[in-house]
Amino acid sequence: MRRPKLMIIGGSAGSLQVILGILPVIHPEFPVPILIILHRNSVFESNLEELLASRTQALIKEVEEKEPILPGAIYIAPADYHVLIEADHTFSLDYSERVNFSRPSIDVTFRCAGDVYGADLICLLLSGGNADGVEGLQYVKGRGGIVVVQDPATAEVSYMPQHAVNQVAVDFLVPAEDLPAFLKGLATWPPA
Amino acid sequence: MITSIRYEELDILLNDLFTRYGYDFTEYSRASLQRRVQRLFTLDKFPSFAEFRHRLQNDPLYFRRFVEEITVNVTEMLRDPSFYRTLRTSILPVLATYPFIRIWHAGCSTGEEVYSMAIILKEAGLLHKSLLYGTDINPLVIEKARKGIFPVSQMQKYSENYIQSGGIQDFSAYYTANYHLAKFDTSLTGKMIFSTHNLVSDSSFNEFQLILCRNVLIYFERNLQSKVFKIFDYSLENFGYLALGSKESLRFSPIADRYRQIGKEKIWRKVHEAT
Repeated sequence: MRRPKLMIIGGSAGSLQVILGILPVIHPEFPVPILIILHRNSVFESNLEELLASRTQALIKEVEEKEPILPGAIYIAPADYHVLIEADHTFSLDYSERVNFSRPSIDVTFRCAGDVYGADLICLLLSGGNADGVEGLQYVKGRGGIVVVQDPATAEVSYMPQHAVNQVAVDFLVPAEDLPAFLKGLATWPPA
Repeated sequence: MITSIRYEELDILLNDLFTRYGYDFTEYSRASLQRRVQRLFTLDKFPSFAEFRHRLQNDPLYFRRFVEEITVNVTEMLRDPSFYRTLRTSILPVLATYPFIRIWHAGCSTGEEVYSMAIILKEAGLLHKSLLYGTDINPLVIEKARKGIFPVSQMQKYSENYIQSGGIQDFSAYYTANYHLAKFDTSLTGKMIFSTHNLVSDSSFNEFQLILCRNVLIYFERNLQSKVFKIFDYSLENFGYLALGSKESLRFSPIADRYRQIGKEKIWRKVHEAT
């Protein structure tokens, strides 16, 4: 297993706390770019970037269309747009129909990244009350990518990760409290 | 297992369509286009790429369906209310000084933004001297836009947008509800001209004081974006305004140095003519 070239984290209800816990281990020299697809609600819509930026030294940046994907950055899907990835490893934004009642949809990004990155992709699905992301994980797995799921027993809302565990041959099932260490390990991937 | 349309196959298809029908999608962003084409391929249950390709080459009616289905037609009235608030407070007072106002909604889809604009123009007392052009590549959405009939189920959301945009009337006064449909007032439609227009291949057709093109350029590759910016620049009077979608920018375009952004909204004013 060589080190992945992109990590995508998908989360819905109950995932923000987990993400805030992971962020401190990501530093500006972190070798794997990270993209976070979060189902947002309007309560933290406006200050999400600032909140996330307060927990890490790495650059927190809302995805811009045509932007190249570079290590050292943590990209956040903008509210109300799907995030797509082009063959040349740049981002595209898409304002088409909601998928699984969601825009951004985790499935849409997982699937699209799976096409482009294949085995160089690692996807992590967190807490949530929606099945968005599960089909995408399946697709990523089929293309040789690495699939990681938050242990549903440690999720605030277990529906989404539980669904993933039931449907997908998960590579790593990680309790919430171990996720920061897991992410940190990506820098020295593969694990010994 | 559903067959996936690969990027190489997509390119073959796009070349076919350009040769056969003169529609050029080759400079559309691939990731979005692949999703749309894949969706249609799955929806219409083609057993193979070869059959899909054959049908598209030989059935012009099916090609029409292709154009209707692969273009994104998601829109709403008064989307991003703060954008319309800025139009009301900063842009319309300037347009009011012109004897006649021409506005172009490029890629207007089913017309919700054109109706939104007509409403705020009416409330500013400017609709009588305005003409709103709505264009789209997709003939089906243009037909819908002309009718001005939208689902009643959307009206509550639109009414909320309207209030947030600074509207103080009763939004429901602008339409007549009949079962599940809302038909918008003919005083609004009377000032609109809808037509098909392809930003890739068609040129400028008039001069405007305001051009709106929101969430269209995100589907184009950089080179095509630049071409379209040049068409807009050519179609815009000096000191006219160009409005883009909330995640689009003039920043990397070849015309950027002659435009100045208005506040925080995605609205730019042309401050110099091309030399």
